[in-house]
Amino acid sequence: MATHELRRPFKRPAISDQQRRREISLQRQAQNRRDAQHQARCLASTILTLQPAQYEPAEPDLQLQSETELIPELEIESQEHRRDLRDIDDVRQASRLKGVEARQWFAKQLMLPEWMIDVPERLNTDWYVFARPAGKRCFVVSSNGTTISRLRNGSMLHRFPSALPSGARTSKSSHSGQSYCILDCIFHEPDQTYYVIDMVCWAGMSLYECTTEFRFFWLNSKLVETGACDAPSSYHKFRFSTVPIYNCDQEGLNAAYTGPVPYVKDGLLFCNKHAHYQSGNTPLILVWKDENCSQYVIDTDSKGQVPNKQQVVLELLFDGKLATSDDPPVIFGCLNEDFIQEV
Amino acid sequence: MALEITQYLLAAQSPDAKIRTEAESALGQFRDQNLPGFLLSLSVELSNDGKPTESRRLAGIVLKNSLDAKEAARKENLIQQWVSIDISIKSQIKSFLLNTLGSSVSEACHTAAQVIAKIASIEIPRKEWPELIGLLLANMTQPDRPASLKQATLETLGYVCEEISHHDLVQDEVNAILTAVVQGMNVSEANPEVRLAATRALFNALDFAQTNFENEMERNYIMKVICDAALAKETEIRQAAFECLVSIASTYYEVLEPYMLRIFELTSNAVKGDEEAVALQAVEFWSSICDEEMELQDYEVPESGDSSASHSRFIEKALPTLVPMLLETLLKQDEDQDQDDGTWNLAMAGGTCLCLVARTVGDAVVPLVMPFVEANISKTEWRAREAATYAFGSILEGPSTEKLSPMVNAGLDFLLSAMKDANGHVKDTTAWTLSRIFELLHSPATGFSVITPANLQRILGILLDSIKDAPHVAEKVCGAIYYIAQGYEDAGTSSSLLTPFLRDIITNLIATADRTDSSDSKLRSSAYETLNEVVRCSNLAETSQMIVELLPVMMSKLEQTSNLQIVSSDDREKQGDLQASLCGVLQVIIQKLSSADETKPIILQAADQIMVLFLNVFACRSSTVHEEAMLAIGALAYATGLEFGKYMQEFYKYLEMGLQNFEEYQVCAISVGVVGDICRALDDKVLPYCDGIMTLLLKDLSSGELHRSVKPPIFSCFGDIALAIGEHFEKYISYALPMMQSASEVCAQMDDNDEEMVEYGNQLRRSIFEAYSGILQGFKNSRADLMLPHAPHLLQFIELVANDRHRDESVTKAAVAVLGDLADALGSNIKTMFKDRAFFTELLGECLQSDDEQLKETATWTQGMLGRAFSVYG
Repeated sequence: MATHELRRPFKRPAISDQQRRREISLQRQAQNRRDAQHQARCLASTILTLQPAQYEPAEPDLQLQSETELIPELEIESQEHRRDLRDIDDVRQASRLKGVEARQWFAKQLMLPEWMIDVPERLNTDWYVFARPAGKRCFVVSSNGTTISRLRNGSMLHRFPSALPSGARTSKSSHSGQSYCILDCIFHEPDQTYYVIDMVCWAGMSLYECTTEFRFFWLNSKLVETGACDAPSSYHKFRFSTVPIYNCDQEGLNAAYTGPVPYVKDGLLFCNKHAHYQSGNTPLILVWKDENCSQYVIDTDSKGQVPNKQQVVLELLFDGKLATSDDPPVIFGCLNEDFIQEV
Repeated sequence: MALEITQYLLAAQSPDAKIRTEAESALGQFRDQNLPGFLLSLSVELSNDGKPTESRRLAGIVLKNSLDAKEAARKENLIQQWVSIDISIKSQIKSFLLNTLGSSVSEACHTAAQVIAKIASIEIPRKEWPELIGLLLANMTQPDRPASLKQATLETLGYVCEEISHHDLVQDEVNAILTAVVQGMNVSEANPEVRLAATRALFNALDFAQTNFENEMERNYIMKVICDAALAKETEIRQAAFECLVSIASTYYEVLEPYMLRIFELTSNAVKGDEEAVALQAVEFWSSICDEEMELQDYEVPESGDSSASHSRFIEKALPTLVPMLLETLLKQDEDQDQDDGTWNLAMAGGTCLCLVARTVGDAVVPLVMPFVEANISKTEWRAREAATYAFGSILEGPSTEKLSPMVNAGLDFLLSAMKDANGHVKDTTAWTLSRIFELLHSPATGFSVITPANLQRILGILLDSIKDAPHVAEKVCGAIYYIAQGYEDAGTSSSLLTPFLRDIITNLIATADRTDSSDSKLRSSAYETLNEVVRCSNLAETSQMIVELLPVMMSKLEQTSNLQIVSSDDREKQGDLQASLCGVLQVIIQKLSSADETKPIILQAADQIMVLFLNVFACRSSTVHEEAMLAIGALAYATGLEFGKYMQEFYKYLEMGLQNFEEYQVCAISVGVVGDICRALDDKVLPYCDGIMTLLLKDLSSGELHRSVKPPIFSCFGDIALAIGEHFEKYISYALPMMQSASEVCAQMDDNDEEMVEYGNQLRRSIFEAYSGILQGFKNSRADLMLPHAPHLLQFIELVANDRHRDESVTKAAVAVLGDLADALGSNIKTMFKDRAFFTELLGECLQSDDEQLKETATWTQGMLGRAFSVYG
């Protein structure tokens, strides 16, 4: 019943473009699936700082002695360092995060100051100072033709077109999808301006590993070039601005403390010149407030009068510590376990 | 209990649809109510010489279709039905069938032979018809049996041998069958009909004769009889004998050496002087040898220099005489072979064989062919010019670039001029040769091309002139342009060389697609497919404006298709074909423009209109969805992201239709892929549609009808859905997880000797892991606990895969990733499950040493996740 097919394809066999299109579609879908799953995994990987040197393939002897024993090659770093974000790939992925994931991710990424309770050594040589604008602290991310600002809790403040690289869908922008920026900003309501206080990524380049000195230099030279500091236009909804930064010598301190700025001041920020950008609270950034440089140092009533009593909101932290709900919090006591049990 | 069903069988072939349907339903009823009686009645009908040929023929066909089907599940079902029929009824049916072999009506004999073979294929492996072979052989050996019975018996033996394995019989029976067949083929057989039947039976029995071919004496005898039959007086016997040789060329290549001299002589004489039907088989013998040797070369170890022992290098040895023989055939063209798709003649077979010879031996063919090319290419007779051009074109694949490039560089200009030849065949073959030159010798990305900045303009000028030539020539010209464009893809700065010509090329391709002088749609498809390649391969930065302008042109063409007048089903098919081409072009444009930030807004702005067009294409059909439109919608969903949500309500019903299309499984597979695109575009906004989609996907998975290749993508799609909707996937867990678990058990039991099954198994494994990954990641933040009961099963499956020696890299990647996802989602809960398992240490170790950076990265991540899970107490 079987017969041997004599005919063979003659001259050029018809090009099966349809099959080709199917295959290209499948490849694209597989790639997108990998990206989506990879992105989901990145949320987790940012919690860990993996030390590549410890994963030399020569010693893959990951072995479980007993169920409670730690895996020796793996070191989980302390809470502070866990939030470190060093991997350029992760940052790029983060710039594309959406929805809940983006909230969760960005909530952990800002570098937060400690109160200045004493004068650091070498203040005059190793530190910068600037007057902090009053307003909403946020991360501004430009990528893929749009710009999004996210508050400290990760929730979205604005979505808008901007002149930042990849910040708007304009024909003149020639940045590829790789290009994105993450800026540490304060949104100042009265003049609707984003004051950029630090630069985390610029045009696809991660600045996490760079010193403050370099980041500020880059910030001051790059931001203006893009036109982000220009007045708002249809492709640029909010103005961006740098803040004047001074060395911590007497002259600089004086300028920051008393010098005129176009924004409402909220204390002074001191930044160590050699610090890398690091998520969470760090002693390498310090904040100082007093009545001369911040309107928020003491509560006032609606007429600007200082009331008789100052109110303090306290928070009971999970470990029994009591803290003020200041930013940053001040821990001033600890409840014992029995008391917590009773409560 | 047999019933008289002649009238029904005749009525079932009536031209009157009403009568036909009634008869069919009556027969169907009989079958459903009493299958044994129905089959018996059919066999009675078939065996009765007093009945009309028409009713006997249909009885035989229905009987055969009650025993065998193409589709595996249905076939198994039919076999079970037959096996369970009462043995006495089966004996009666078989005996009627055997009696039919002696009928004087040859068509009835022929049908009975086929039905007997089908029953044999069921019963002989089960040892339920031990007397069959003896009865058939008796027909051959008893002296008083008529020639027609011998003929029918030989035919039956051939079919039976084709259906069963020689292991199903004892060797004595195998030998006896072959002896009977070979004796029938012998010169001493006086009756030519019997000799022909025997030769055809041997053709069907060649696989079955494996043990006999292993024995040198028996093999020598069989080969001698075949070669003798190749010289028989009757054309049909010679043709059948050559068919045996063709089959032996691939089945028994390794033992052919001693017979090759004789076979060469036979084939050579047949090609030179025999009837075309015989000559074609003779050429096919050499093509088959080329196929075998190319396959052996594919598996060759390149460094050792020494190929596998079984490579006999027949083509290389025969080359000095084989090539001239094939070149001669090239001159035997038919006057109208370019117009008629059905033509297959000696010139075409010889030319095809020459292409295969060139691929088999490479450089050595060149000096044997070039003198022929030079001697004939300028002759006044068109056959000489066409043959010379074809010969040149046929050796472009195989020989090295170094060998070919001086000749091609020298000949290119001549070929370009030949596009103006007075003869259509010459132009057709010249265009084909040019397209092969550009396919094989134009690769600027790797540094070699016959096309230079100096000759590009002339080449394109001539091609764009010739694209206006006869449809068959224009089609080949499209091919030439296709490969020129392809060569410039990703070719760095030389990519820009084509840019100045693109506007002209695009205009000409659209005009070609619009031509109405072609009898079929082949030219139009070629033109659009070439347009796709041109768009796909172009340097977007330089060509975006052109492609942006092309978009509305293609959109309006697609819009016009819904105004086509549709009267017949033929019109509907033509409309569908045109829509397919246009959706294809739009898909390519969408993908190209959305690949860059600068041009993506163009697609976003046009998305509403494009979507309306695609929905109109869907609306042109009632029962199926248009595959190409579905494919294009996937690209649009990817490009538009969240915005795609507004189309969902309209589009959803077509998506449902696509997911239910079992018959055209490609449509189903593409629809599944589009679900993934939509999940990634809409994220949790896809939720309202998920109940419907999941129901259909689960149905698809449990269907025995749906082609198995669609099943892995469905599992991957579960992962896409879970990742998009997160915790909302909870309600599907109790349906999806059992499916994933049983599929993973199927993986464990797969036959790992079957290459195709190994490949399928890998796909299935990867997709099951992708499903788990998506679900685990989706649940991670809120409902990870739901996966806790399923974790041991997953872990066991990962272990099974880790220990599988056939696992490919992509499966490893997915396995390692899902291991990390498990640790990430479930944290310290997994500690006890890992207690007695050491496999993952080895798996991670293997991955960390891999050269694949991506795999290493994933493994490092997984190691981190595991470390974190183990470090937490509790």
